[in-house]
Amino acid sequence: MTDNQPDLWILYRRMLTARLFEEAVGKLWQQGRISGEMHLGTGEEAIAAGVVDHLTDNDALALDHRGTAPYLLFGGDPVKLLREFLGHPKGLCRGMGGHMHLFDPDKLTASSGIVGAAGPAAAGFALAAKHLRPDNIAVAIFGEGAMNQGALMESMNLAAAWRLPALFVCKDSQWAITTLSATVTGGALTDRAKGLGLKTFAANGSDVEAVWRAAGSAVNRVRGRSKPAFLYLTCSHLEGHFLGDALLKIARHPGKEMKEIAGPLIKSVTRIKGAGLSKRAASLSMVTNLIGKTTREQIFKPHDPIKIVRKKLKKRPTRLEVLETEVTQEINKVVAEALA
Amino acid sequence: MRTLTFAQAIEEALAQAMAADERIIIIGEDVHMLRVNLFARFGKKRVLAAPISEAAFVGAGVTAAMAGMRPVVEIMLVDFVGVAMDALLNHAAKTDMFSGGRWQVPMVIRAACGGGYGDGGQHEQSLWGWLAHIPGLSVVVPSTPADAGRLMLAALDHDGPVIFLEHKLLSDYWLEYMGRGGRTTVQFDVPAIGAKGPVPQTWRSLPLGVATLRREGGDLTIATVGVSVYRALQAALVLEKQGYTSDVLDLRSVWPLDKKALWDSVEKTGRLLVVDEDYQNFGLSGELAATVLEANLPVKYSRVCTAGTLPYRRELEEATLPNVERIVDSARRLMAAQ
Ligand SMILES: Cc1ncc(C[n+]2csc(CCOP(=O)(O)OP(=O)(O)O)c2C)c(N)n1
Repeated sequence: MTDNQPDLWILYRRMLTARLFEEAVGKLWQQGRISGEMHLGTGEEAIAAGVVDHLTDNDALALDHRGTAPYLLFGGDPVKLLREFLGHPKGLCRGMGGHMHLFDPDKLTASSGIVGAAGPAAAGFALAAKHLRPDNIAVAIFGEGAMNQGALMESMNLAAAWRLPALFVCKDSQWAITTLSATVTGGALTDRAKGLGLKTFAANGSDVEAVWRAAGSAVNRVRGRSKPAFLYLTCSHLEGHFLGDALLKIARHPGKEMKEIAGPLIKSVTRIKGAGLSKRAASLSMVTNLIGKTTREQIFKPHDPIKIVRKKLKKRPTRLEVLETEVTQEINKVVAEALA
Repeated sequence: MRTLTFAQAIEEALAQAMAADERIIIIGEDVHMLRVNLFARFGKKRVLAAPISEAAFVGAGVTAAMAGMRPVVEIMLVDFVGVAMDALLNHAAKTDMFSGGRWQVPMVIRAACGGGYGDGGQHEQSLWGWLAHIPGLSVVVPSTPADAGRLMLAALDHDGPVIFLEHKLLSDYWLEYMGRGGRTTVQFDVPAIGAKGPVPQTWRSLPLGVATLRREGGDLTIATVGVSVYRALQAALVLEKQGYTSDVLDLRSVWPLDKKALWDSVEKTGRLLVVDEDYQNFGLSGELAATVLEANLPVKYSRVCTAGTLPYRRELEEATLPNVERIVDSARRLMAAQ
């Protein structure tokens, strides 16, 4: 890493590590070895890699329900992490937390499954940094849906008013579960942050070079200067909200899934009492549009950050192959060790 | 008699009420998909998708109710109620009193609750005791499809705030979203007759605060709610083989509490075992003990509750939740007590 030139090879290695790790997690989840929900960050690797590359020891991370990739790339032990997901006594949190509750006091990393909670968490970490570790910063990573949570907005204000070294990283995937966030959000998200007195930065979150540059500027603004910043990055989730995502299932198996939904839906929509016809039609078309948008995103997968960076590295096919083989072997080893 | 799933029963009752009363609206995150059938029939004005802003939309639900609406406000999982607690604690629960009884808050808070599918301690809590602790809030926890539909109507009819909790092991769609995710490789201890069962032809409300005996016996009273009703019934079967017969009392509402049903049963048996999936300390289990003591009934008492934060690891989770083994153990000790 030089000051304004990212080392794409290093970043790609990290992104691929996160991708293959999470794909392995997905498989183990499918096999029933991991319980509950599973929110993968596949599609967000450029953000995880591009932001975390600017962090140092004793910086703090406040994560949400999708924290696997940032924690892993921040130096989390992959075997312990995977064991945590498996509910293993030797997991990161002795199998007590699971994937939404990653806690590592040595890496000052805390997570929460309560949407918006990363805001106050980062503010508090930043407050402690200001007192105890003036060279360090705290970073909150969350989705655009969380931007409608009061506590997150209050935290940005807190950080501005108290001059806290906090960076708020907002990943805009457009979706909060099955809701298109734009349909429940007023104004532009960066305007909100500006309105609260934060300097804002933005980039295409699927392009790791762009993320790396924007994150570098944002971190420079925050570190040592006690000025919070807001970093806005677009991205897409390749596996939907969580594994087994309802809209994704319909998009991938329209025949089977629609059959289950259509019966009750048609029965309900044709009942006499209720809204007028045009309103019912509007509801149906909204649902159809959500399914349509999911289907298109699935087919085109236009924003896979791995593909984007890989294209840039293809000029050196041998080096690329060596790297990919190495990372694959590393992850295979991690999986084997975690399962042993 | 026709049968419906737990979720279908709630939806049917809600649809019937919404068709009869235009003031009933549904508010919550993702309700356009979670309640897609109602969304399609009643339109987006009455099934209103919300941003992830529970403090705001639960609070708005309170005053919308005060101003003439009958909102059903959903907060997905009851664990997320923390974000909206002020609206319930200091507003929904207080308005009737603060207005000298002149202003009510006829709102329903609907949320999924409960554990048993490995989602960790921030998504599997019960919290009904914590909520019922607050004067002014009613809390219902149905355990069968028929009760679920009828208690939803009761909640809608009620002139104060009612928290309606649906257990994820009973509501098939919640379990599918949160636990199964399309997999055939995971198993859950779903009480079959709770997840799907007989329902009335047309829905009429069941009064709040009326418990029911799910099983009758003479040696001990097992009082409980929600999925624990089924764990208690299974335990009662085991106990019967060992020579003890049990009353299994399904409270159905945590508040209002059917004290009479509890007293009647305990008067008969002289032994009370409370099975509560909510946290043990300062909750329903202690409240039931106090209720019996205050009536001067002689009683031997024990409880099986969720003792602490639910661990993610499946085996530990199952051991932390009230399970048949723990109930049988506790009952046997209670029977042996002199
Ligand atoms: C307070 C709270 N409300 C609702 C939820 C349920 N929930 C979990 S993730 C999610 C969507 C979050 O969207 P976003 O913040 O954009 O993150 P993404 O999942 O898209 O990464 C919701 C509504 C929750 N966990 N916490």
